[in-house]
Amino acid sequence: MVKMILTGNESAAWGARVSRPKVVAAYPITPQTSIIETIAEFIANGEMDARYIRVESEHSAMAACIAAQNTGVRTFTATSSHGLTLMHELLIWASGARLPIVMSVVNRAMAPPWSVWTDQLDSMAQRDTGWMQMYAENNQEVLDSIIMAYKIGEKHHILLPTMVMEDAFILSHTSEGVDVPEQKTVDDFLGEYDPAFKLEPGDPAGFGSLIMPEGPYMEFRYKMALAMDAAREEIRKTTKEFGELFGRYYPGLVEEYHTEDADAIMLVLGTIGSTAKDVVDYLRSKGKKIGLARVRYFRPFPYEEIRALAKKTNMLGIVDRSYTFGYGANLYTESKGALYGHSDIPIKNYVMGLGGRDITPALLEKVFEDMLQISREGQVDREIEWVGLQGDKRWSV
Amino acid sequence: MIEIRFHGRGGQGSVIASKILAKAFFMEGKYVSSFPYFGVERRGAPVTAFTRVDEKPIRARYQIYQPDYVVVLDPSLLKTVNVLNGLKKEGWILLNTLKSPAEVQRILKHDNIATVDATSIAIKHRLGSQAAPIVNTAVLGAFARMSSLVKIETVMEAIRQSAPAKREENALAAKDAYESVIMGGA
Repeated sequence: MVKMILTGNESAAWGARVSRPKVVAAYPITPQTSIIETIAEFIANGEMDARYIRVESEHSAMAACIAAQNTGVRTFTATSSHGLTLMHELLIWASGARLPIVMSVVNRAMAPPWSVWTDQLDSMAQRDTGWMQMYAENNQEVLDSIIMAYKIGEKHHILLPTMVMEDAFILSHTSEGVDVPEQKTVDDFLGEYDPAFKLEPGDPAGFGSLIMPEGPYMEFRYKMALAMDAAREEIRKTTKEFGELFGRYYPGLVEEYHTEDADAIMLVLGTIGSTAKDVVDYLRSKGKKIGLARVRYFRPFPYEEIRALAKKTNMLGIVDRSYTFGYGANLYTESKGALYGHSDIPIKNYVMGLGGRDITPALLEKVFEDMLQISREGQVDREIEWVGLQGDKRWSV
Repeated sequence: MIEIRFHGRGGQGSVIASKILAKAFFMEGKYVSSFPYFGVERRGAPVTAFTRVDEKPIRARYQIYQPDYVVVLDPSLLKTVNVLNGLKKEGWILLNTLKSPAEVQRILKHDNIATVDATSIAIKHRLGSQAAPIVNTAVLGAFARMSSLVKIETVMEAIRQSAPAKREENALAAKDAYESVIMGGA
C-alpha cells in the first residue's frame, strides 16, 4: 500500500489501473478529462496493460466498451454530464446485455445555462438504465468503489454494470491523501475476469437479437430485476470482504452517522455527507440530537435501510442536489415510496447546491434546525423546499 | 484546521502551488486537502486555489471563506480582486512584489503583511520566461518562512517531487525566497 496525494480523478484512474481492464474507451469532457489523461499516461508508460481506444463521442465510447466486454475482457470508461446523457441509449444496451462494465461519472450540471460544477441531474437521469449507482464522499472511496464495482458486477448472479460517482471539482479536482492498494492484493480480491458468456469464433452465438412478444423478452427483464435485487446482499458482502482484506470498511448501501436516538435524520448523496458530519458533531456538542445517513448506493435502492432509519427517528430530511421537474427530487421520491405503509413520520425534501452552489456548514445547520422544528411539531410546513435561492431571506447565512 | 487561499493568474501555477504545499504538509504527517476554484482558468485570468491542513482527516467539502493565510502571486490582482476578503484579523497575507510590507500597508488595510520579490527570483533561476516567469515555487519558500508551519527542506523536497522540469532550480527558488521574504507585523 502506498499513500499518495491524488485528486478524485487520479483516484478513479488508479482504481481502474489496479482493476486491470483490458480496454479503456473514452471521450474527454470537463471535469472528467484528467481521469482518462491519467489512464492514457499509465498505458503509454507501460504501467497498465490495456488497449486505449480513442473515440469520437461518448456514445461510441460506450459502444466500444460493450463490444470489447462481449469478447470476454474487463473494460472501463469515464464521463460526465452531457457525455453521460449522450451515452443513455448505450447504457441500457450495456445492462441489457448483462455486461459488468465499470464507469467513473463526475457529477456535473446539465446545460443550459452552461455550468461545469457539481449537480447530480446527469446521473439521476440514468436511474432507469439498469446500472448500479454508487456515490462517493472522498477520493479513497472513489478508488476503492471502482475495485468493488468490478467484484460485485462480475458475479454470475449479478452481471450488471456500475457507475461510480464523484462530485465535480469537490472531489474530481481536490487533492488529498489516498491509500493506493498493492496490485497483488487487488489481484487476490478480484481474480481473473470470468465472463459468463463471450463471443468466440470457434463457438458462434448471437447476442441481442430480435425477440417476438411471446418470446422471453419479459423474462430477460425479470432476470435483470432479480439480479439488481440480489446486488444488495452482494454489496453488503463485498464491502465486508474488502474491509477484511484492505483494512477499510465501507458500510454497505447506507452509511449512518449518529442516527441512534436522533430526533431527525438527514439523508444525502455524495460529498454533502462529508461536510454534514462536521455539522452533526457540532450540533450534537450543543445537545441537539440529529443524525445523518449517507446513501452510498442509489441503485439498487436501499429501501430496507431507509425503512429501518424511519423507525429510529421522528423526522427525515432528504437533501437532493438535483431536481425532477414536476415533483420532488429522486432521493426524496424514492425514499417516500419505500416508506409508504411502513412509516408515517414527516419527510421533507431540501433541494440545494444545484450548479455547484456551495453547501456550507452554516447552510446545513439551518436545514438541521428546520428538521428539528418539524420533528417537534410532527408535521412538515411544505413537502419540497429549495434552499439557498438568491434573495431568499429564510435561508440566508 | 489551517486554511490557505492562493490568488494568481492563469499560467502562473497557483493551482500547482496549492497542491505542492499540500504535499509538503502531507510529507510532515498532516492531513491535507487542496482544490482550485474553477473559474475561467484562461492564461492571465484571475485564479483562486485553496489548501486545508489539519491534524485529523478533513471532511470539509466547501470553499474557504475565512482563510488564515492568503498568498498573492501577482500584485496586479490587487486592483481587481479583494484579496483580503475574509482573511482573519490575525492572519497573514504574502505578496509577490518589490514593495516592502510598509509600502503595501498603504494600499491594503491589514496588520500582518509579508512580501517577497518572487518574480526576480524566478527569472534568476530561469523559471518560465522573462516576460512570464513562473513564481509559484518561490512563493512557497516564502510561505514556509512566513507561516513557520512547514519546514523549508520539506517544501523543497515536495517541489523536487512535483515539478515537471527544472526540479533543482525550482527548489532553490523556494530557498532563495525563504531567505529573502520580508515580514512586517503591526
